[in-house]
Amino acid sequence: MFLNLPYVTVVLLTCLGIAAILFKRNLLKILLGINILESAVNLLIIAIGYREGGVAPIYTLAPSTNMVLPTPQALVLTSIVIGVATSALLLSFSIIIYRKYGTVNVNLIRELRE
Amino acid sequence: MRMSKIVRTATDILYPFIIIFGFYIILHGHLTPGGGFQGGAVVATGTALVLVAYSWKELPGLVSKNLLWFQESGGLLLFIGAGLAAMIIGFPFFYNWLAGSGSIFGTPVAFGPNPGDLNTGGFLPIMNIAVGVEVWGGLVMVLLYLLSALEREERA
Amino acid sequence: MKQIIALITILVFAGSLLMIVTNFQFGVPIKSDMDDYFLKFGQVQTGTNNQCTSVTFDFRGFDTLGESTVLFTAVMGVALMFRRFIRGEDDADE
Repeated sequence: MFLNLPYVTVVLLTCLGIAAILFKRNLLKILLGINILESAVNLLIIAIGYREGGVAPIYTLAPSTNMVLPTPQALVLTSIVIGVATSALLLSFSIIIYRKYGTVNVNLIRELRE
Repeated sequence: MRMSKIVRTATDILYPFIIIFGFYIILHGHLTPGGGFQGGAVVATGTALVLVAYSWKELPGLVSKNLLWFQESGGLLLFIGAGLAAMIIGFPFFYNWLAGSGSIFGTPVAFGPNPGDLNTGGFLPIMNIAVGVEVWGGLVMVLLYLLSALEREERA
Repeated sequence: MKQIIALITILVFAGSLLMIVTNFQFGVPIKSDMDDYFLKFGQVQTGTNNQCTSVTFDFRGFDTLGESTVLFTAVMGVALMFRRFIRGEDDADE
């Protein structure tokens, strides 16, 4: 169990993110939950690719050739930038919604629309 | 809303160093940890410092909106164009036709530990530069537009 | 009532995830054939010392192409939403 600590952290972060999305009524807190969920996914991909005692997959003058897997790192690299872009887009949506309805509470927005 | 004179002076001093460090990360992306995305984010941080220290309305000579749009689209076009250039020569799309060819960025590399040479990597340095320029423009544009909405909210 | 159902769902979800995760062993990848190939031949085929860069831009170039398009689209979306504030026009003209 303790050797699997990164995976247990992934499960905790995932449940935290989903709970924030389900229970919170504030749009900004939902956005924070989405970001936590995204960090959990990144950590899971990185943890899958780790090899015992491995170094970064970069050839230098160091003699060690026991390297961690490069593909998960490359995937997470692109995933982080996509996360920043989508966070900016969601923040813009929040600003527009606040300007139109005067609130960021999801329940109030639903009542106002109907 | 400009910040105080201390912040502005420190920004003027720090800005070139942050930009040069970001360019170093972009250009050495195929030898050291780093690459287009990370270096672009570092350079965007430097420009964000300028945007926060000065007001976005004045747009101090270090930042220009049209140039940012040009970077954003030009980076993506350079990225696709480098992939399409392989098709023109007769290779598949995104084939690394510069690697090991002996021309620019074309020094062959053998398997195993080596100190690294900047003149290697085929078209990967070109891709790094394209993506770095695109990330730079994109992040600063997002910040610029969000700041404009914020200032509007304060005035109303 | 709705909150209790959501809480139970989250707990069941966490339990099933934990059951899956305890099968993994940290530090030992399950399958690493593709990455071993990248590590062995990537340096000769792409001429880079940094294998992350060679995977990002060469072996998985299409992935990065789509990612750049997503970044461009997100920035375009933000710019379309706030374009009239940066020009200083009023929103009454729409």
